[in-house]
Amino acid sequence: MAGYFKSILTGTKSLVTGLKITQAEFFRKPITLQYPHEVLVMTPRYRGHIQLVKNPETGTHQCISCGLCQKGCPSGCITVRGEKREGVKGKVLVQYDLDFTTCSLCGQCIENCKPGAIEFSLEYNLASTRKEDFHYDLLARLEEQK
Amino acid sequence: MSSQALSQNQEVFELNLGPQHPATHGVLRVKLVMDGEYVVDAEPVLGYIHRMHELMGENRTWAQYLPNMGRLDYLSALSYNLGYVELVEKMMGIEVPERAEYIRVLTTELNRISSHLLWFGAFVLDLGGFTPLLYAFDDREQILDLLESVTGSRLTYCYYRFGGLYNDVDDDFLTGCTQFLKRLRSRMPMYHDLVTGNVILRQRLVDVGPISAEMCRRYGATGPVLRGSGVNYDVRKNEPYSIYPELDFDVPVYNECDSMARYMVRMDEIEQSMRIIEQCIAQMPQGDIMAPKVPKMIKPEVGDYYHAVEAARGTFGIRTVSDGKNQAYRMKLRAPTFCNLSLFQEASKGMLLADALAFMGSLDLVIPEIDR
Repeated sequence: MAGYFKSILTGTKSLVTGLKITQAEFFRKPITLQYPHEVLVMTPRYRGHIQLVKNPETGTHQCISCGLCQKGCPSGCITVRGEKREGVKGKVLVQYDLDFTTCSLCGQCIENCKPGAIEFSLEYNLASTRKEDFHYDLLARLEEQK
Repeated sequence: MSSQALSQNQEVFELNLGPQHPATHGVLRVKLVMDGEYVVDAEPVLGYIHRMHELMGENRTWAQYLPNMGRLDYLSALSYNLGYVELVEKMMGIEVPERAEYIRVLTTELNRISSHLLWFGAFVLDLGGFTPLLYAFDDREQILDLLESVTGSRLTYCYYRFGGLYNDVDDDFLTGCTQFLKRLRSRMPMYHDLVTGNVILRQRLVDVGPISAEMCRRYGATGPVLRGSGVNYDVRKNEPYSIYPELDFDVPVYNECDSMARYMVRMDEIEQSMRIIEQCIAQMPQGDIMAPKVPKMIKPEVGDYYHAVEAARGTFGIRTVSDGKNQAYRMKLRAPTFCNLSLFQEASKGMLLADALAFMGSLDLVIPEIDR
């Protein structure tokens, strides 16, 4: 019988301790962000999908179509194609496709890129029900930015 | 049915737990043979999220395999990153600058705290307490924000490189860490008041799910499961790597062998990790974060290599065989939770179903890591 009352007492004490803590939380400001009404700004190092860097001087990309990004990619999600054009030194980039469905955002492509032609974007609002929506034509995206 | 009922004149029945059940925290399926409320046999069925990580290691270059390390145990991914880069550095004889070592240990320990906090919340949730999960996530979110500002990702990190780091930390990060430690220190007593001292939790955990040291040894259980059974084994102390020998920290060990002991080990580990982080911040030297000479093409000499680190859930070991090419000939990943889960079948016999689930929670399972 003594054990019965003792357990009621310890149970009540434990309950009161818990309630005290939760009660204190009741008066705190909410910490939840009301997405999508409030939107976070990503940190500069955030890894979104890759994009071509725009050179402010020339107004275009700095890619030399060497294909090292494509070669270094563990998932094979990058397709780069360059072609020789008369009067132009080196290759001219004609296609830069990214299949974001298989990208694991490891950054091997960016590290392999000698001219620094690609970077991580800060985009994260990327929901879709169609696979094709994640096949990005990075060259066309750069053109759109102009 | 081969299993016998516990009591006479009783029939046993099969119960399917999972593969989609909130208490298994992933796609783990357990085939239970039940005698009423008592577990007669529990057979874990694995493979629902098998992704052939070991085979992937054998058909891509050493550097290309790096991102896979963030996807084994996605809750303490940095420990796995660390294990792999240290293995490659060992094979190639690359010396890592001291600053990079300190940052590696600092971020790994932050990741360990975040992993334990998530376990803490989810474990109490398994036992029916919802509130602590929200408090733990509040703290964990701070760590994820800190790590995101440095690594660029929140969960599946790919931050370490052979010979150093992807990028350096700044003063803002270090100040953020100090502030966070101060905050967590003030919150730990609250967690202990709210959860550890709670009478319901104690009744659910004390003397439930006993695992002897001998059973741990037979199944190869490591980490907090082993240390909760009274064995003082921590790779950071027993086979030191990185700068751990220079740091002052204790290995929490409890002799009770029950679920409560495993709970206490993890709660104490959070405190110890905080100590390690403080020392890292205080002692961190200036300097480079990348070794000066890292070969572009990694081609280790022919041989058989092994390296182990202490991840949040136990010993993570990689054994690899190199045939001198730029890809591994064989990649074997020794995942701690796979071994920790394997003792569940034997240890859960005769338990009440609710106790067996509490016991499973105390093992801290991460299914993608078990299946690999």
